[in-house]
Amino acid sequence: MSSVADTAHAPEADRHHPDLVHHFESLPAQKEAATLGMWVFLVTEVMFFGGLFLAYTMYRNLYFHAFVQSSRHLNLTLGAVNTAVLICSSLTMAMGVHSSALGRRRATVAWLLLTVALGSVFLGIKAVEYKDKFDHHLVPGERFQAEELHLEGDEARQAQIFYALYFAMTGLHATHMVIGVPIILILAWMAHRGRFSPEYHTPVEMTGLYWHFVDIIWIFLFPLLYLIGRHH
Amino acid sequence: MTTQIGPGESGPPRPPVPPALTEPPPPRVNYLNVAYGVKSWLLTTDHKRIALLYLAGVTLMFFLGGSFAVLIRLELVTPAGDLVQSETYNKLFTMHGIIMVFFFLIPSIPAVLGNFLIPLMIGARDLAFPRLNLASWYIYMIGAAFTIYTLVSGGVDTGWTFYTPYSTTYSNTHVIAAGLGIFITGFSSILTGLNFIVTIHRMRAPGLTWFRLPLFVWAHYATSLIFVLGTPVIAITLLTVVLERALHLGIYDPRLGGDPVLFQHLFWFYSHPAVYIMILPAMGVISEVVACFSRKRIFGYEVVAMSSLAIAVIGFFVWGHHMFISGQSTYAGLVFSLLSFLVAIPSAIKVFNWTATLYKGSVSYDTPMLYAIGFVGLFTIGGLTGIFLAALGLDVHVTDTYFVVAHFHYIMVGGAIMGYLGGIHFWWPKITGRLYPEMWARVAAVIVFAGFNLTFFPQFILGYLGMPRRYHAYPEEFQVLNVMSSAGASILGLGYLLPMIYLLWSMRYGPRASANPWPAKGLEWQTASPPITENFERQPVVTEEAYAYASEEEARVVERG
Repeated sequence: MSSVADTAHAPEADRHHPDLVHHFESLPAQKEAATLGMWVFLVTEVMFFGGLFLAYTMYRNLYFHAFVQSSRHLNLTLGAVNTAVLICSSLTMAMGVHSSALGRRRATVAWLLLTVALGSVFLGIKAVEYKDKFDHHLVPGERFQAEELHLEGDEARQAQIFYALYFAMTGLHATHMVIGVPIILILAWMAHRGRFSPEYHTPVEMTGLYWHFVDIIWIFLFPLLYLIGRHH
Repeated sequence: MTTQIGPGESGPPRPPVPPALTEPPPPRVNYLNVAYGVKSWLLTTDHKRIALLYLAGVTLMFFLGGSFAVLIRLELVTPAGDLVQSETYNKLFTMHGIIMVFFFLIPSIPAVLGNFLIPLMIGARDLAFPRLNLASWYIYMIGAAFTIYTLVSGGVDTGWTFYTPYSTTYSNTHVIAAGLGIFITGFSSILTGLNFIVTIHRMRAPGLTWFRLPLFVWAHYATSLIFVLGTPVIAITLLTVVLERALHLGIYDPRLGGDPVLFQHLFWFYSHPAVYIMILPAMGVISEVVACFSRKRIFGYEVVAMSSLAIAVIGFFVWGHHMFISGQSTYAGLVFSLLSFLVAIPSAIKVFNWTATLYKGSVSYDTPMLYAIGFVGLFTIGGLTGIFLAALGLDVHVTDTYFVVAHFHYIMVGGAIMGYLGGIHFWWPKITGRLYPEMWARVAAVIVFAGFNLTFFPQFILGYLGMPRRYHAYPEEFQVLNVMSSAGASILGLGYLLPMIYLLWSMRYGPRASANPWPAKGLEWQTASPPITENFERQPVVTEEAYAYASEEEARVVERG
């Protein structure tokens, strides 16, 4: 079935690059594989969140009024600020990737640290919002109270489903950020140590893709959870 | 001249091989003896060693899950519920289902044979992400540890389907631990699928175009699509069950306005395609085996390749046929029924094409071929009874009866496990460098086939007569068929123990295998048995279609003049 030929299609310099693992022909081939792998991973993430988006769609259609009332109790200002913070962090991340591609070590470190800072601000604001929900007994469970939402009976129970979905969806999103922040910190440390170069900065690029994905999830979560029925 | 040179074949001495065809002596260092010690295995990133780690894991889980089947069949020998209490019985069939589905059937062929063979078949040195590959094995083992914890701490009784609100509210068993075990092990599936997709896209040898790929690789590509698209959904579904149970979110609780049927939709959105995760890789094995032992190219290669993708795609749109009696709308039922009929078409294409491959082929009946032929017959019965179940009216009659149990065991045991065993035997010489005793292997294959049919065919009749599944007691008129089934199960058990014994024996005492003992086409047979760590001494270049058996036969004829 096969004939045999020598390898070494790759340029000599490439073959000895310390970041080229043994089973790849060349650095570009290795990077292409990593990129495809990351995109496939993001597809799985879409499906992972998809289950919750499906549940949200169904219950929002079934219990629209309770969802509108519950949504109004979310803090629109904090949500909007957080949206802006997260979009900015995507920009700083993109700048970090760009700098690492140009081999600018100090700029890369700075942009990555800025991203970490913005991500932490987002999580901090989210924590303030969560605490507010605890204080007002809007956390699903035995102590859930819907009086503040001006809902009674069945609708009070439906509001609990809204808050269950709110915590599940924003919680899963926040979990992704909690995973992302330390990774970017490690990248910043690696960049500081000069581990990246224009030839090899795949980890920064892949983490960038991940971070933008987390950002995009929030771009969907914000209107779905905070802006229901605002035009009424 | 079609004499099959198989392992253990005794017969007239072979004609002397022309010097040009003699193989170079096998390399002294191969992937098995390159390093010794526990650490060299637990920290390996070699896909071949990881495949063997998986082999150990899934074999352990297989016999664990099988032990529950033994107890179930023992209980059902008599009509009275006398061996175990009903609560215990519920736990037995639940643990049997969870272990067999999530810890054996789903990882079996992809994680063992796929892991070992895909890089070899495409002429690569390893999978694209070797460390991720090792991580997936650890994740699998952690999930298995959760399941074993569930088991020793008292088990779980919801059925492997975890239907709400029983699982979220009423069950007093270890739902959370069991759910987390499956949640965790799901990530090993996702990582395996991701690794396969990238590897097949990016690491094929020069000249190995898509339509030169072995059908085993096509089948695994389709399977990987289901892994990455379906598994995250079961992950989030089980996560919500765990959260609902722990924190009473209310998403599936009707008392709080939640909808238990939403769970069923989410669950079957993964768990129906999961059936294709089990059967597609087995189909890939069968394609390789049928081509090799018929000495022919697979009839309609392109269509067989595409039918794998068609199964993967259509398989995502049939989940509603599990819910015909769950209060789903009639119109949804009609659509799901039609789509379920449609998914049978690509499966039938494969069966017809394997059969057509046999036609005028030089067929020999070595052990892998016995399993392959068994697969085709049993899968056909399993598939056709699936058509019964896709029919709205008939399904109402047989839902939750032994008819369903028999149907899916024909697919999963008659199909997936026959394919797995066939594949293990086919590639055993490549994996271990040793030949297994052919006579014993043929005996075991026949025992498995006979035992399987005796176990599960009576269950079709039981189900049609109305015996419901998941009960530990039944009316006396069902006893004869149940005794037949239990007797068959003991024969089947023997059929599974035999390969376990002689394969282990062969690892030490079996005769050494040549690089290509069958002789088969495909890059994996072009390297030594067992292969070196880097798989190939030099980068192979592919210049032929897959399964170019005909040209080889012609060449021999020409050679003999």
